[in-house]
Amino acid sequence: MKTILYIIQKEFKQIFRNKGMLPIIFVLPLLQLVILSNAATFEVKNIKFGYIDNDHSSTSRALVEKFNASTYFDVLTDFPSEKMASSAMLKDEIDVVLEIPRYFARDLQKEKHIDLGVTINAIDGAAAGVENVYITQIVQNFNQQLKVDLLQVSDQQIQPINIETIPLFWYNETLNYKTFMVPGILVLLVSMITLFLSGMNIVREKEIGTLEQINVTPIKKSQFIIGKLFPFWVIGMGLLTVGLILARIIFNVPMLGSLTLMYLYTSIYILVILGIGLFISNFTDTQQQAMFIAWFFVVIFILMSGLFTPIESMPKWAQIVAEFNPIKYYVEVMRMVMLKGSGFIDILPLLIKTSLYAIVMNGLAVWSYKKTN
Amino acid sequence: MNNNKVIQVEGLTKMFGDFAAVNAITFEVKKGEIFGFLGANGAGKTTAMKMLIGISKPTGGKATVAGFDVFTHAEDIKKNIGYMSQKFALYDDLTVKENITFFGGIYGLSRKRIKEKSNALIEELGLEEVENKLVGALPLGWKQKLSFSVSLIHDPKIVFLDEPTGGVDPITRRQFWEMIYKAANQGTTVFVTTHYMDEAEYCDRVSIMVNGRIEALDTPKKLKEQFEVVNMNDVFLKLARG
Repeated sequence: MKTILYIIQKEFKQIFRNKGMLPIIFVLPLLQLVILSNAATFEVKNIKFGYIDNDHSSTSRALVEKFNASTYFDVLTDFPSEKMASSAMLKDEIDVVLEIPRYFARDLQKEKHIDLGVTINAIDGAAAGVENVYITQIVQNFNQQLKVDLLQVSDQQIQPINIETIPLFWYNETLNYKTFMVPGILVLLVSMITLFLSGMNIVREKEIGTLEQINVTPIKKSQFIIGKLFPFWVIGMGLLTVGLILARIIFNVPMLGSLTLMYLYTSIYILVILGIGLFISNFTDTQQQAMFIAWFFVVIFILMSGLFTPIESMPKWAQIVAEFNPIKYYVEVMRMVMLKGSGFIDILPLLIKTSLYAIVMNGLAVWSYKKTN
Repeated sequence: MNNNKVIQVEGLTKMFGDFAAVNAITFEVKKGEIFGFLGANGAGKTTAMKMLIGISKPTGGKATVAGFDVFTHAEDIKKNIGYMSQKFALYDDLTVKENITFFGGIYGLSRKRIKEKSNALIEELGLEEVENKLVGALPLGWKQKLSFSVSLIHDPKIVFLDEPTGGVDPITRRQFWEMIYKAANQGTTVFVTTHYMDEAEYCDRVSIMVNGRIEALDTPKKLKEQFEVVNMNDVFLKLARG
């Protein structure tokens, strides 16, 4: 036990003496939280909108005016021909082209039916889908108004729409994207920093040759590893604390569940990450190698964590792979506890899985650390 | 076993694939002896030493160090030996005092003992003025002397020195050897590798390794007689050139 204290003391001294590392540990993650939470959004906004008005009637102008009034559509450009519109789309100057046919107003009155041409840049399929919904909504809205107007001028009976869905949004009533993203980004910070630091730590001692000196002492493997990892565990918990405070102050993200539960889960979760970091450290000879491997895992873990894209929509095999992703568990727990106020029983299955993971990873880490080659 | 023999090696071998880095070496080291372990670069000295200090597993032969088997009781050996590697291996980002405290702690010394040792050691090395300076800022010679003292902090039975004087000036080398003599006089066995043949003359006995084998082993005086030369340098050249 005393031996462990000596190691912890030494590690903390080294961490706080490393002037290059300190800002990386404490400032960068928080900048990341502030920047990413604001920037990483899937809301489709500022759509660059172009139209070709072949009709030039008051009705067609009213339709264009509808788009103009919407906050989602940003730039409005009037193209004289379809050719010019498509060349503008090639140059990425516009995302959407609406083509209003000739005799739009006349045909609408006479035939009660008209086709509008809408062309959407669908390189980003998800965004295109959302844009389509916006456009449809605006056109429908325009249509409703027109019906009312028509009703006033003609005595024709038009059936009003009588089925409507009224959605209730639970847990994030205002559909605030940041409420959804901030807990996830917080997960990234805690995970990335602790993984990188622990991954590079032992390999650094290998590089400078001090590990050999440690290996000729009678220190026990477990003592050494606990002493090495404890400081990073503390740093991880510290990052969580600062992150939670920022989430509250800057983003006003609610904390519905119990803080104690959050800390309990995190304390075990960090052990998993540290175990992985150490495992990487044991199998690499230089900090560069360790960094590359850690990055490799981080990128996969993040993309398959459900942070940006729902795991449910991934192919079956990817869902199975995601079961081995600790970040996925943490994202789930963080969102459950912070946003839904889930309790101990709700997250118990995740807690058990994470604990098992921690035992396996740290077991592997201790096993793969060899004092004798 | 004979208590007087602190290191006993018989047919110790280390294979890397088909290559025998250390090829069935056999020797003994007596208590309190200064044992010089010479050889050209790549002759297998460091590999042999690493097996004796328990950080490299031998592939064949037998060896006991401080009475413990290198195959089965490597961790017990570690309690009884000190080691100074050819690469400086104290923490550059810790101060002189912190390094001493850390290694004292690792070896399980009590706080009080660490304090005593630390003060004695700093006084002996004349490092009072820099005791709170980072070790990285010290000149190489000072670092080497500190490193040697730290390897003795837990009063080991045997201390292994791997090219301890590489790159230091002649005066510091001289002081370094005075420290080695002092340790040997206090009963510590010294196992040292070096490339300086004048240092080889200081050793009680010397072995010379060539291509993984020990080709010669005796006192410097007898080796010189055996090879009919006037100094150890010529002994070495005769052997190493084959």
